[in-house]
Amino acid sequence: MTMANNTASQTETPVFYLKEEHHPETGTMLGFWIYLMSDCLIFAILFATHGVLGRNYAAGPSPADLFDLELVAINTSMLLFSSITYGFAMLQMEKGKIAGTQLWLAITGLFGIAFVGLELYEFHHLWSIGATPMRSGFLSAFYTLVATHGLHVTFGIIWLVTLMVQVSQRGLIPENKRRLMCLSMFWHFLDVVWIGVFSVVYLLGVLG
Amino acid sequence: MFSNPDLLHFIFGRLSIDSIPMFHEPIVAVTFAAVVLGGLVVVGALTYFRLWGYLWNEWITSIDHKKIGIMYIILAIVMLLRGFADALMMRAQQAIAFGDVAGYLPPDHYDQIFTAHGVIMIFFVAMPLVTGLMNFVVPLQIGARDVAFPFLNNFSFWMTTCGAVLIMASLFVGEFAKTGWLAYPPLSDIVYSPGVGVDYYIWALQIAGVGTLLSGVNLIVTIVKMRAPGMSMMKMPVFTWTSLCTNILIVAAFPVLTAVLVLLGLDRYADTNFFTNDLGGNAMMYINLIWIWGHPEVYILILPAFGVFSEVVSTFCRKRLFGYSSMVYATVVITILSYIVWLHHFFTMGSGASVNAFFGITTMIISIPTGAKVFNWLFTMYKGRISFDVPMLWTIGFMLTFVIGGMTGVMLAVPPADFVLHNSLFLIAHFHNVIIGGVVFGMFAGIVYWFPKAFGFKLDEFWGKMSFWLWTIGFYFAFMPLYVLGLMGVTRRMSHFDDPSLQIWFVIAAFGAVLIAGGIGSFLMSIVVAVINREKLRDETGDPWGGRTLEWSTSSPPPAYNFAFTPVVHELDAWADMKKRGFVRPTSGFIDIHMPKNTGAGFILAAISLVLGFALVWHIWWLAAVSFIVLVVGAIAHTFNYDRDYHIPADEVVKTEDERTALLAKQQA
Amino acid sequence: MSAHSHAHDDHHGDGASHGTFKSYLIGFILSVILTAIPFWLVMDGVLDSKVATALWIMGLGVVQIVVHMIYFLHMNTKSEGGWNMLALIFTIVIVAIAIAGSLWVMYHLNTNMMPQMDHEMIKSFG
Repeated sequence: MTMANNTASQTETPVFYLKEEHHPETGTMLGFWIYLMSDCLIFAILFATHGVLGRNYAAGPSPADLFDLELVAINTSMLLFSSITYGFAMLQMEKGKIAGTQLWLAITGLFGIAFVGLELYEFHHLWSIGATPMRSGFLSAFYTLVATHGLHVTFGIIWLVTLMVQVSQRGLIPENKRRLMCLSMFWHFLDVVWIGVFSVVYLLGVLG
Repeated sequence: MFSNPDLLHFIFGRLSIDSIPMFHEPIVAVTFAAVVLGGLVVVGALTYFRLWGYLWNEWITSIDHKKIGIMYIILAIVMLLRGFADALMMRAQQAIAFGDVAGYLPPDHYDQIFTAHGVIMIFFVAMPLVTGLMNFVVPLQIGARDVAFPFLNNFSFWMTTCGAVLIMASLFVGEFAKTGWLAYPPLSDIVYSPGVGVDYYIWALQIAGVGTLLSGVNLIVTIVKMRAPGMSMMKMPVFTWTSLCTNILIVAAFPVLTAVLVLLGLDRYADTNFFTNDLGGNAMMYINLIWIWGHPEVYILILPAFGVFSEVVSTFCRKRLFGYSSMVYATVVITILSYIVWLHHFFTMGSGASVNAFFGITTMIISIPTGAKVFNWLFTMYKGRISFDVPMLWTIGFMLTFVIGGMTGVMLAVPPADFVLHNSLFLIAHFHNVIIGGVVFGMFAGIVYWFPKAFGFKLDEFWGKMSFWLWTIGFYFAFMPLYVLGLMGVTRRMSHFDDPSLQIWFVIAAFGAVLIAGGIGSFLMSIVVAVINREKLRDETGDPWGGRTLEWSTSSPPPAYNFAFTPVVHELDAWADMKKRGFVRPTSGFIDIHMPKNTGAGFILAAISLVLGFALVWHIWWLAAVSFIVLVVGAIAHTFNYDRDYHIPADEVVKTEDERTALLAKQQA
Repeated sequence: MSAHSHAHDDHHGDGASHGTFKSYLIGFILSVILTAIPFWLVMDGVLDSKVATALWIMGLGVVQIVVHMIYFLHMNTKSEGGWNMLALIFTIVIVAIAIAGSLWVMYHLNTNMMPQMDHEMIKSFG
């Protein structure tokens, strides 16, 4: 289209409209990324709260008393594996291979379930020894931050299963690929948040 | 069975006959009767005129940004009536309650009223007004057919509405919070507010907050991705720029509110210790966090108003806006700076000199870009050909009033001064000064300005001017006394005073409130009279004011698809440019147009959220669980619907455009 | 059935990238290393100084986040015309302000307004 500068050919009127149908680029990925940034902020507030309340043990248990770093390490590796398996699913998607995509998605889901399962196991154990969210400001902050992350992972798993159904029904159509890319961003983002969690909540917490 | 308390408790949670205040509060009973009566009239009329189908198909399920924008504004006006009724009640109480006279509102009641007033005005009047205007105008200004995510747009609107419904429900079922509009703990914690009031507050805001956040994402992507070819960032209209910055603020602020309310909710529902007095809680953290949200929030409200004024000033002075680039930079600078001033809301909480000094300085700095904008508007007016239509009146009123409010803001920004003035009526006067003088005046200017575009006829001018004068004069009578009272040391949120020498000021303020009520009434009249006289006020050109931006190139109202052909932009003030360079409207060659389909999913999901919120408020756990599951399943089911769009056939476009061609030809004749 | 469809909004004209097997593997291995080291430092009490350990944990955490951004999320300055990167930078700034600001403000509030603060709290903010 004509870039009109002041000296342009003023004898002819510039083009002021398009005669063909105009398709704006899809905004789904940008929109989802921006939503993810807002989600990042929610976590930031939970981290800030943990930072402020994180030493308010109220004469109750502290991180060093409670956290099993080996369990946390295993959990971390579950999530890390799930990130790379999702990556493999995306590689299959780019090649248009439905079966391959579904396989790696399923494996990702299993790692995710393992992660959530281990986390629930940890919570159950802590609860049973009296380290409940009601016990102190520190524990309230700990449970809320970690459980919010866990809920996000759970939701991601539900979404993953839904997408597997939708891919099996309609194949790797553009809409499904967009959705898979959004879930990819979500999934990796959760791993990024987890880096913050294990570093700040568990490792720094135990360090004291 | 009905006498079994455990069963009743299971079914109804803590809801019981005693929860219905109208059975023992006459004011509430009368209000309820009025609402029921009004509701019956509306429902009856809809049934009599057989409009239910029309309402569902054309409005409730509409994903058209224009209709959604209009619905937001209707919601805001309805809630304005409720919020202002609260204001009148407060003014009346404060005008009479001195010494032995207790007034007619016990403190318990008064506290709910000022809380509801604040919550409603900010979340359910100002936010919907701003969102509605941005929704309606932005796609038209950038040459797009709709927003980036039309279904989400519809869903956002209904979530906001359901939040409003929940607040309204609190008047008749249960009670509202008595904590002030920000619900500080420990007062808002379960120990000191064991009733349902704060829970209504939390869930209404969480539900509405989801709507607002999604709306923010929606409009950012719309502006980034869907601008007409040739419209670079620095050729966007100023209102679109302020909308972009506003929505960035929304996305970067509302998550904070969501998180904080979750924490407060956990304290109330799960006995956690975030903000408690013991076991390691820290109530000051709530105040810190809520204001990290709260300060950007007020900029979310004012930036669109600034955008409106920019459009109005350039249109009604028949001049390009002075200093476009500096306007853009000022807006961006305000957006960023709004994140580093929040502590000025609690200078007195005890953070000490170094912290207070930092935030005091940043607060003073943030007034500078706003000042730059005011100069730009004034320079635009200088040597322009000013016509004092109603939007221009609102703009001039804004410039005087908002500047006063801004100056008192700078006074408050000085920490030592704030130690005297914090939580006094001076503060109340200041923020009403900027919100009314800035946001409300801006929204009225925008509504009057764009009304003809939305509905095809102008608003009645006489009643519009009446509304402006009553609002402006009313504002000064209502709030200047409050500055005086604040300087004398009177505290906010008091329902009774011992010192009778204060009374005169409160009486003057009450008089001002009555004038404002007249202003609101006049505004409503301007709509009613305009509807009655719409043929005389009809806008047949699509450009009743001689506008400069793309929305004025469409018909009034625009067709569903906005533009038959996507515009191509060359210069800033694209429509002014087109008019100047001999643009000829195309009358042939129309093609099929790709459009999104209407859907009821947004309304339904929001309604389920409303049920969920109500159930959580009243501890009806089975209902909460069921509605939550239905919500999730429903949302997932919706994603299985891939059939979201359709094409408007070319002959329909031809027909619509031909009608406009004929109408325009009539103008020439 | 899933032919590589060429719908015009399918191709990454705007730079939205995707990884390769190699890049995912590199990212994974780096992440494993960057995770193992902090865990080792804490679990085995390798360093004498707690401050040094804390700095290593935070530092390596930041590096690992960058690794994830590059190798898993394919962050670059081109995707979505640079808007993705802009949104990320803006978010990082806001997150930093919210966290650092809250810690700074709350430290001062606690010091001034909560005189019975226990020793652990005072120590933590050094």
